[in-house]
Amino acid sequence: MNKTVLDLWVGLFVITGIAALLFLALKVGSTSAIKASDSYEVVARFENIGGLKPRAPVKSAGVVVGRVADIQFDNKTYEAAVTLRLDKRYAFPKDSSAAIMTSGLLGEQYVGLEAGGDSMKLKANDRILITQDAVVLENLIGRFLYGKAQEGAPQ
Amino acid sequence: MLKQAIENLGNRTIQGVWRIGFASRFFLAMLLHSGTAFRRFGLTIRELYFTGVLSLIIILVSGLFVGMVLGLQGYETLQRFGSESALGTLVALSLVRELGPVLAGLLFASRAGSAITAEIGLMKATEQLSAMEMMAVDPIARVVAPRFWAGVISMPLLAALFSATGIFGGYLVGVKLIGVDEGTFWSQMQSSVDFQQDIINGVIKSVVFGVAVTTIALFEGYDAPPTAEGVSGATTRTVVTSSLAVLALDFVLTAFMFRGLN
Repeated sequence: MNKTVLDLWVGLFVITGIAALLFLALKVGSTSAIKASDSYEVVARFENIGGLKPRAPVKSAGVVVGRVADIQFDNKTYEAAVTLRLDKRYAFPKDSSAAIMTSGLLGEQYVGLEAGGDSMKLKANDRILITQDAVVLENLIGRFLYGKAQEGAPQ
Repeated sequence: MLKQAIENLGNRTIQGVWRIGFASRFFLAMLLHSGTAFRRFGLTIRELYFTGVLSLIIILVSGLFVGMVLGLQGYETLQRFGSESALGTLVALSLVRELGPVLAGLLFASRAGSAITAEIGLMKATEQLSAMEMMAVDPIARVVAPRFWAGVISMPLLAALFSATGIFGGYLVGVKLIGVDEGTFWSQMQSSVDFQQDIINGVIKSVVFGVAVTTIALFEGYDAPPTAEGVSGATTRTVVTSSLAVLALDFVLTAFMFRGLN
């Protein structure tokens, strides 16, 4: 089989195609999923998670330290059990607290981890005891309106 | 009158079922005879040149323009909410998930699919396929299978090139022309485009479209009535059917891939 000019063009085509795929993989996308071997999971329970979704970031001091792996509803306590997958490089004190926060006014929701002062560190499958629920805008407005109405009510 | 109408309807239904059965048998025969396409890879390389390399220009140019339009329109909409920093996300996600595979599939259908149908239809009309059979050369193995695999290989590459040039076009308009910050453009894009969820799914889509478009094009060519009229009708049917197939398959695949995501 002889090499032809055709082969050269096809080779160029395949190489540029693969280069485009690599560009998409490396420059455009990122693998957000932390590998199971490089991470540990802890559970936090919330009464209301608002609009939190799986794969949402877990941030501490604004830095992404993990992702939300799973959200389950606990039918015994009527709470949401949120499994956080944290990067193994970061260890947090046992009495750290988790809060559901919103980036910006209408942005996505994420879990904010605030380190405590305990000398013991969180281990895999531990539970984060101190949690703060998501702020539900409707409740906030409702409370505000209720307060206003009471203020204006005739004695 | 009524009897005639019912007879026509029944006849059409039977013809349709017949065609579907023949198409399935054709598809299976093509897969079974794929060995030749890989053993004599030169044949596939030749077809890769015709389906892939010659489609490059139209794919690259339209990718660039689609990306540029996305950049302009996306900026117009996003700046109303003061979130023009999300422009990179918008351009990249819409291209990688949908527009890249779908538009590349549609262009591929009209650029390469119609050419495949016309070529095979004409080979049939001029009795080249029968001549091959006379020489104990299976036309499915010699003519059809290499074209099929060339289409399946080139389609994901073309879709990836479409997305990449589209993102470059969005970058040109958004960052260079309008002046969105370059750092936020890329970093927002990276933080929201996931490799497995978005890029791999986009590649899977484009492979499926490649299989669908080339199969339809090959079958229409192979099944075309051996007349000038028949070949032209088959070419039209290829473009129409495969465009519809791409759009319908895109809906099905999207429903599968992204429904459980959020």
